[in-house]
Amino acid sequence: MIESIEHIVKEHRFFAGMDAGFVALVSGCAKNMRFDPGQYLFHEGDSADWFFLLRNGSVAIELRDPARGAVTVQTLHEGDLCGLSWLVPPYRWTYDARAIDLVRAIAVDAACLRRKSEADPRLGYEMMKRFMPPLVERLQAARMQMIDIYGAHD
Amino acid sequence: MTDAFSAASIAAPMIPRVARVVKRKREIEDVVTLEIEGGAFDFAPGQFNMLTAFGVGEAAISVSGDPADSARLIHTIRAVGAVSRALTELHVGEPIGLRGPFGRGWPMAEAEGRDVIVVAGGLGLAPLRPALYRLFAEREKYGRILLLFGARSPADILFRDELEAWRGRLDIEVEATVDHARGDWRGNVGVVTTLLSRAQFDAANALAMLCGPEIMMRFVANALLERGVAQERVYLSMERNMKCAIGFCGHCQFGPVFICRDGPVFPYSQLRGLIAKKEI
Ligand SMILES: Cc1cc2nc3c(=O)[nH]c(=O)nc-3n(C[C@H](O)[C@H](O)[C@H](O)COP(=O)(O)OP(=O)(O)OC[C@H]3O[C@@H](n4cnc5c(N)ncnc54)[C@H](O)[C@@H]3O)c2cc1C
Ligand code: FES
Repeated sequence: MIESIEHIVKEHRFFAGMDAGFVALVSGCAKNMRFDPGQYLFHEGDSADWFFLLRNGSVAIELRDPARGAVTVQTLHEGDLCGLSWLVPPYRWTYDARAIDLVRAIAVDAACLRRKSEADPRLGYEMMKRFMPPLVERLQAARMQMIDIYGAHD
Repeated sequence: MTDAFSAASIAAPMIPRVARVVKRKREIEDVVTLEIEGGAFDFAPGQFNMLTAFGVGEAAISVSGDPADSARLIHTIRAVGAVSRALTELHVGEPIGLRGPFGRGWPMAEAEGRDVIVVAGGLGLAPLRPALYRLFAEREKYGRILLLFGARSPADILFRDELEAWRGRLDIEVEATVDHARGDWRGNVGVVTTLLSRAQFDAANALAMLCGPEIMMRFVANALLERGVAQERVYLSMERNMKCAIGFCGHCQFGPVFICRDGPVFPYSQLRGLIAKKEI
């Protein structure tokens, strides 16, 4: 049986408990995508036209360093949200996202969702409430990585 | 004067006995495991010894070996300063000073019948390893066992062979994460709290043992509390500079407690008001 995109969106952890009307609005901007191992979901500098909700598989968030090559700073897994740059102008990715293994994801068209959020600010607010916790979690994690907690300190 | 306070009884635990290094293994950069000929040495998981590098000084080092194997006395040491570096540079056959074991260790009896969440950061896996050996040896006494481990990079993963062997067991869950990695690392990247958000356990009946950098333990403890684990059942192993290790000099004082005598393992309920204070 082929699951409807609406059903898939509703079942995803990120949208848990969301009003059915909003689920329908989001689903209208969403589609299923799959990425083979090693394939990139997006690259630094590209326009952030989509964000992804992972259904299966893992994604490496990479920063490119001329001396060290690609450095993974985070991995994302089933149930996680991949991509926040679509939220803030100029809507460009600031890192690469690479599928570590076979990845299945719900891809949400960012311009479509932004348009619907402008038209119905309740949807926009609902989305903001869902995006803030991972955003804050990531900020906290980045701070801990930045101070290098495992290093010896003077 | 009562016997308990006689000069001799205070001095006895202060005098190191001279032992010898019988084995030395470099684990990762700056970290060495020493096996010391200790005779029959009994200790509880989480306890520590004071080790002397003669001519340099003394440092508190947790026992990192198997509590069931009292013939092998094992410590894992990271070179961070003069004493710890001198200890890591000792070779087989050289003398080392030893006194202990000291302190109150991990709450093994209280963990029985519960899901046990062990969270280690960096070298924090060393003081937890004796508890893990005990948990695995008496596997049937516990509910789920989760080991969550965080390190700076793949090259900094302590006891990697053992972690991989434990990961192969079906009756425990082992997850490791690093702060950053190159492309050839296929594991998790991210801080250790991210492992916790995906972990499955019965929060109402769980007990946690945490050891690692203090800031890591604070964040993990708070995340556990948010998941519903009781603060009385979240245990942390604390580090402070030590001198006497027997509750006399006050060097290791942390608010109202002495880490050497009342700890080093404490329930978070006892530390929560103190651990984020700058002046302590
Ligand atoms: C109960 C207890 C158990 C311990 N168990 C172990 C163990 O199993 N293995 C082990 O290697 N160490 C352990 N330690 C820590 C160890 O005692 C110290 O690293 C050691 O005393 C440092 O002494 P030093 O003279 O080498 O360095 P110092 O001259 O005292 O310090 C040198 C520099 O290193 C920094 N530093 C000191 N300690 C640490 C640390 N733990 N981590 C990062 N930076 C530090 C200092 O801020 C300073 O900048 C334990 C400590 C306690 C209290
Ligand atoms: S080290 Fe002396 S009181 Fe704790």
